[in-house]
Amino acid sequence: MDEQKKTDEAYWAKPVARLDPKDPDASNVRGRRLNAAAGGFGWLYQKTFRVRLTGAAVTPREVIATWKERFGDFWAKGRKMFLPAGGIAPGEIGIISDRATMPIAPAVQTGVLVIYADDESFSFMSPEGHPFAGPLTFSAFADADGTTVVQVQEFTRASDPLYELMMHAPFVGDRMQNEIWRSTLRNLAAHFGVDAQVEQAITVVDRRWQWRYARNIWQNAGIRSTLSAPVRWLRPRRRPAASASEQVAR
Amino acid sequence: MTSKTDVHVRPAGEGICIIEVRGEITAASDKPLMEAYTQAATPGTRAVMIDFRDLEYMNSGGIGLLVTLLVRANRQKQRLFAFGLNEHYRQIFELTRLDEAIAIYPDEQTAVTAAR
Repeated sequence: MDEQKKTDEAYWAKPVARLDPKDPDASNVRGRRLNAAAGGFGWLYQKTFRVRLTGAAVTPREVIATWKERFGDFWAKGRKMFLPAGGIAPGEIGIISDRATMPIAPAVQTGVLVIYADDESFSFMSPEGHPFAGPLTFSAFADADGTTVVQVQEFTRASDPLYELMMHAPFVGDRMQNEIWRSTLRNLAAHFGVDAQVEQAITVVDRRWQWRYARNIWQNAGIRSTLSAPVRWLRPRRRPAASASEQVAR
Repeated sequence: MTSKTDVHVRPAGEGICIIEVRGEITAASDKPLMEAYTQAATPGTRAVMIDFRDLEYMNSGGIGLLVTLLVRANRQKQRLFAFGLNEHYRQIFELTRLDEAIAIYPDEQTAVTAAR
């Protein structure tokens, strides 16, 4: 009998011209296109954050299953992701509310599209206006000695000059995008009983600013969230989620 | 991680080189793919083409590798082309907007003609 060929078709989202989330609080996502790293403004980074779950009897699949189910729970306090009923599955859109990066400012409302998800990894891409342009992949694999290793990999640029400026600002830049994943991995490791040190490798692949994409600032989710904050404050509040990854009722 | 990626590099005219990919492109394909690119992208090469006709499986790690190749090509002022993508993989290129950075052609002949 021929071995059934492995196929990836079920793991990929279908192409989408513009995002159309069901969430009513998604004005910074609705109508936006996905933004690849090539369409961002700032320096291009290749980043890998990794933890080894030494001593934990957990497989890569178990880690990814848990991470998908409780993604927001492992994030830094102040960040939330609202997912539809499908959860982290190809084609689903997660709406993000981020109060952690700039605690004194209104929460930044943005989102991500799940472009890929299988049993051992899942990937997001962000829409125009999100701080970063490019794919983000979360994965787990077994090392040569059988230890499960969990990692976050990015290939991203800051979307516009304002985000790029923030990336280079002391304290803010590192918290914006590096500490978020270090703390996420520490939290995830702790869930499996491991007090892990995060290894990181950050390489600047391209130090050129892509000035033709400076115009991306018109869709900056931080600016738009700040400008629309008074309207959101005046609107009736949605019932708060019991946890950050609680599925939004439809 | 072991790779199930088989690559073969061959010339296709003056300044043009083709990397034939068979099997999978995943994160584990890093070594064979990067070595193939090094072999293909000599100083005289102005266009590198990736032949996807025998691609059977690609995950998001594979897309990351293609982006890395694209960055290398840009740095070396070489153009990257793709041909032989089936409809499914063409859609993935469209989803990830790789089709805006890598020129896609249906077959080798049209790709090589475009590169000349």
